[in-house]
Amino acid sequence: MESKTPLLEIVNLHAGIEDNKILNGINIEIGPGEIHAIMGRNGSGKTTTANIIMGHPDFDIEEGKINLNGINLLELEPWERAKNGVFLSFQYPQAVPGLQVGNFLKKSVASIRGADAAKGVNFRGLLKDSMKELNMPSSFLSRYVNDGFSGGEKKRFEILQMMLLQPKLAILDETDSGLDIDGIKTVATGINSAIRGTDSGALIITHYSRILDHVKPDKIHVLIDGKIVATGDASLANDLEENGYDWLENKIKSEGEV
Amino acid sequence: MESSQEAREVIGDYKAGWHDSENSTIRFDAGLSEQVVRDISEIKNEPNWMTEIRVKAYKHFVDRPMPTWGNMGMLKNIDFEKVCYYLRSSKATENDWDEVPEEIRNTFDKLGIPDAEQKWLSGVTAQYESEAVYHSIRDDLVAQGVIFLDMDSGLREYPDLVKKWFCSVVPYSDNKFSALNTAVWSGGSFIYVPKGVHVEMPVQAYFRINAKNIGQFERTLIIADEGSSIHYVEGCTAPTYSTDSLHSAVVELIALPGSHIRYSTVQNWSANVYNLVTKRGIAHENSKIEWVDGNIGSKLTMKYPSVILKGEGSHAEVISVAYSGKGQHQDAGAKIHHLASNTTSKILSKSISKDGGRGTYRGMVTVSSKAENCKLNVVCDALILDEKSRSDTYPTMEVSNSTAKCEHEASVSKVSDDQLFYLMSRGHTEEEALALIVNGFFEPFTRELPMEYAVELNKLMALEMEGSIG
Repeated sequence: MESKTPLLEIVNLHAGIEDNKILNGINIEIGPGEIHAIMGRNGSGKTTTANIIMGHPDFDIEEGKINLNGINLLELEPWERAKNGVFLSFQYPQAVPGLQVGNFLKKSVASIRGADAAKGVNFRGLLKDSMKELNMPSSFLSRYVNDGFSGGEKKRFEILQMMLLQPKLAILDETDSGLDIDGIKTVATGINSAIRGTDSGALIITHYSRILDHVKPDKIHVLIDGKIVATGDASLANDLEENGYDWLENKIKSEGEV
Repeated sequence: MESSQEAREVIGDYKAGWHDSENSTIRFDAGLSEQVVRDISEIKNEPNWMTEIRVKAYKHFVDRPMPTWGNMGMLKNIDFEKVCYYLRSSKATENDWDEVPEEIRNTFDKLGIPDAEQKWLSGVTAQYESEAVYHSIRDDLVAQGVIFLDMDSGLREYPDLVKKWFCSVVPYSDNKFSALNTAVWSGGSFIYVPKGVHVEMPVQAYFRINAKNIGQFERTLIIADEGSSIHYVEGCTAPTYSTDSLHSAVVELIALPGSHIRYSTVQNWSANVYNLVTKRGIAHENSKIEWVDGNIGSKLTMKYPSVILKGEGSHAEVISVAYSGKGQHQDAGAKIHHLASNTTSKILSKSISKDGGRGTYRGMVTVSSKAENCKLNVVCDALILDEKSRSDTYPTMEVSNSTAKCEHEASVSKVSDDQLFYLMSRGHTEEEALALIVNGFFEPFTRELPMEYAVELNKLMALEMEGSIG
């Protein structure tokens, strides 16, 4: 694994919005086939990190770099990043009334994976299989994008998009919140089948360890006040679940960085 | 050089903005007088009664002040003396495209009319300036007694029918522009569907203004006899000139008991056209009238498709969209009068304003005291795309019977950055993302259109969104 070029490389990322500094020097490196997780309290900068990788225009990058397979993402528009394989499963997916799910999926696949991928059996086969895996009825296709969806439906729809768009890097921003235990299992299966054994990678953002029990990330990063204060293996999630973030903060105060 | 530069700036993204050279066989001098009105009638060799209505309407037009609502600032810029009231470019109305003068035929080719006719229409009438230049209807419909003619031929061939219904729904004294239309009308469609006949595929009329400073005043009359049905579709475009043109139509619909009339319009006049139109239908027992009304073009549109629910159990629907871009004001809406019991109505209005454009919903629904158990539903949604643009809603409901069930919803929304970002993260450029949002907003309207029109409208809106992100 050491010899491979990293899939995603975030180096010393400092960023904020207007005068508020949110990220204070973040470093993350994800290799092909790896799944990493970022944990942290509300307001620690998790969603900001996800939005910045995707290219949300509201944030100012003060310093640092983000490369995907050696390509400097910071120079690209959000849609160019998407075409280069970045996918974000949103914490709060936006509704687009009047835009039908089926039509939207087809257009997005055409835009990201090319016209052929959005045609005929190629498209229909993958769509059918993916929806089956996510327990989504075909009537879903004629609904409007995220319009009147329940929390669980929104999250499943994000994962469906991920499965169809086949990204190189999937960022999942609190995809587990709002899902019941069966939903979390389904989503975890989706993530595993999309990433494990491929050249793609994933970055899972979450408060809770539940989803991580099913996905088993290679690394866990803990974000506090816009800085990664600890990186460890899957057991770190369990420690956090048992002892809370205060435990980690106290531990850092007494021992320095872990 | 300079002028073509200017033309490009004026035309912008408007794809129907070219114009043919003007080979008019008859062009009246600009200006309006009783003589002009009489001359139009004479050229058409009309019966006396029609000439007399025209003259009365002209006098009413002269006496009637401009409306004191809508966009008075724009209305007062209309110079009625600079308008040409009659212009004929072709000697006759043909029923074979090969007989239509080549230049005019090319225009309609470019607009895709003959192609559409072959694929999905029951009949077509194409009006160029003041007169219909082409007209056809499927033989099987003729055999069933369906009449589909341009209005002038209708008057010549069925004077009694025309005399019975003309001005019966929209009297010339209804408003200043219905008076103007009645005085100088030319062209338009005349349709009669006999009892029990269902015209399955739509019939289409296409209105094209080509010359500068011209007024187009078509007059349409549709009578659906008992238990019959018809879907009429109209489209309109004009070249872009730096001077203004005037389009002022009157449409009258009569839905006899148990019949169904659907009237769909996609109006895409260039941004130098004043579009001041009166559209109204009378619905008899258990009949249904639907207006599907899209306003994309024009400088100023003032149009409020109306239905008078006269017969018990009748139903009215007005589904409309309006797009107001730079320099445009769409003052549109609907009017429905519940005069009989158990009548139902639905109004859905969607408007988008952008680049300083102005969208107005102006609607009125009334329920008379004798009308029991009426149901009415009004929804108006506005989408504002930038800070410069404006949207106003003037809904009026006058309900004089307490058994009526009324629902009214209105919303004004903006496209949010988060919505755009969400779509951009799925590989769509900012302009494409905006077009997806805008087409989605109009979807409840486009799904009511024949497929070919819906596709065309989506393309048109995508075009309007180009260059809109700065």
